[in-house]
Amino acid sequence: MPALEFEKPIVDLETRIDELKTYGSSSNVDMSEELALLEKRLERLRSETYEKLTRWQRVQLARAPGRPTAMDIIGRIFTDFQELHGDRAYGEDAAIVGGLARLEGQAVVLIGQQKGRDTKENIARNFGMAHPEGFRKAMRLMDMADKFGLPLITLVDTPGAYPGIAAEERGQAWLIAQSIQKMTRLRIPVISVIIGEGGSGGALAVAVGNRVLILENAVYSVISPESCAAIVWRDAKEAAKAAEALRLTARDLEQFGIVDEVIPEPKGGAHNDPVGSSEELKKALLHNLEQLRMLDKDALLDSRAERFRRLGVFEEI
Amino acid sequence: MTLERFFRRRPPQQKENTVNDDLPDLWSKCPKCNAQVYNKELEQNLRVCPKCGYHHRIPVKRRVEGLLDAGTFQVTSGRVKAKDPLEFVDTDTYVAKLERARKKTGRESAVYAGRGSLAGLPVVVCVMDFEFAGGSMGSTEGEEITRAIELATKEDRAMILVTASGGARMMEGALSLMQMAKTTFALEQLANKGLPYITVLADPTTGGVAASFAAIGDIVIGEPDALIGFAGQRVIEQTVRQSLPDGFQRSEFYEKKGFIDMVVDRRHHRETLANLIAALRNQPKPEVTALEIKVPEPPRTGIFGRRK
Ligand SMILES: [Zn+2]
Repeated sequence: MPALEFEKPIVDLETRIDELKTYGSSSNVDMSEELALLEKRLERLRSETYEKLTRWQRVQLARAPGRPTAMDIIGRIFTDFQELHGDRAYGEDAAIVGGLARLEGQAVVLIGQQKGRDTKENIARNFGMAHPEGFRKAMRLMDMADKFGLPLITLVDTPGAYPGIAAEERGQAWLIAQSIQKMTRLRIPVISVIIGEGGSGGALAVAVGNRVLILENAVYSVISPESCAAIVWRDAKEAAKAAEALRLTARDLEQFGIVDEVIPEPKGGAHNDPVGSSEELKKALLHNLEQLRMLDKDALLDSRAERFRRLGVFEEI
Repeated sequence: MTLERFFRRRPPQQKENTVNDDLPDLWSKCPKCNAQVYNKELEQNLRVCPKCGYHHRIPVKRRVEGLLDAGTFQVTSGRVKAKDPLEFVDTDTYVAKLERARKKTGRESAVYAGRGSLAGLPVVVCVMDFEFAGGSMGSTEGEEITRAIELATKEDRAMILVTASGGARMMEGALSLMQMAKTTFALEQLANKGLPYITVLADPTTGGVAASFAAIGDIVIGEPDALIGFAGQRVIEQTVRQSLPDGFQRSEFYEKKGFIDMVVDRRHHRETLANLIAALRNQPKPEVTALEIKVPEPPRTGIFGRRK
């Protein structure tokens, strides 16, 4: 896994420790004292790096190659995933996956925004940026969940809805609006999890949940730091500054009530321990579903409406 | 993103449409047909160019005046004001930007709303003001729009929402984004009471505003030549690395693509909206006097052919 820029010192130290271990075992020289020292330093370096991540570093972690994608998470947490394709109107959009699955035996409907795990898959999945047909597919799956009274779980991970000519021609704005509207009408438990990048309207279109959860290193923003920097400083390279200003990390969002729960990730991000981080996410899904199970159909709808009614910071005059 | 560019531009530029310095307010030059137009005539014409039909931006108060029955409008917005939850600073503080927008418009947000009657029909009208921070939607705007919709729901009024906005306001981060969902929930309550919701998309209606309440009117009306869409044109050009076709993302374009019910000249909004609302509520056809248009209408250049 390629290290992120700010992780290079850690990787360098790890390499030196490995070298020393190899040398020690091949030369019969006792290096245990030196090794212990270096291991201690490595531990400290890790803590210093990962406990004081800047917002821009979080963005990089959220987008890190190798970070578990929606399909990875689906594979680890759910069983019997049956993917369903197509929007019944125009086409199939691989940037959004969806279907039926089971969570500890309970049937659920899943919708996930899917980035590629390599260049080839990224092209096929349009880097997780949906066209209108992707949102239409999501809406059809929402209807299905609603009809059969199945909980809906959405996994959010997109740089945003695709800003292309064809997407605009086919009504990108309308489909996002309709998808949001659809989610305001669902009389089922809906849990949305921001697993990586929550990019603006394209993310919100599938994130109007009774509960909105977020992985510790995921981000959720009204605009990408690069676009924000391009507007404000005329320079996308100022993205780090923009990321700070936008307050887009899990903890920031929790503060504003935009997310209900932050799911811890292993040090260095979910990609360092995909199994462990999936377990945490599974636990969170199960206990939130358990709580929502207490609510009847009307209460599910009303409490979702109340949740979003409260969002916003302003002053009464 | 037009709104941020607009935001940065301070102090406001000199009026470009001034004919000469001695007589600054008598005429304007139409940016589309270059005709010199009497400002007074332009105002009477709801700021539609009498020569070519170009729709200038119109102050929100004037728009409401042109729409509703005289003397019936009661403002209900203006009871909330913006804070700076992110302590947002870029080239300037958000607080300073807000202050300038307030000074410029005399209002606390980009939303102007209230109750009134349209050809005798009870309505709530909510208008977004591009003059206030490019009409961008932050928490305050979302709250004002939500309250306006709740008012219509409570008082059994039809809801008219006129949009003019670059989208969600960057300076309030994801809180702005949440307003898209908040307003949509309110619209569900309105719909549950069977009350009409009509949107009028003015120039520009883009980003998070286009992708939420603007797009989901029972009837969606576009103003002629208004820029509408999710992504900004510069972003699209950079993404697809080609220049955009003429008329792309304009009202007429979306009418042709099937996303807008009709493109209606601002001078016809009053009777169009009155007739639509009355029909949706199954009430008698209203007596409504259209704005007196003293000059011939412009040739229609929409997709349904040119008529001269
Ligand atoms: Zn003109």
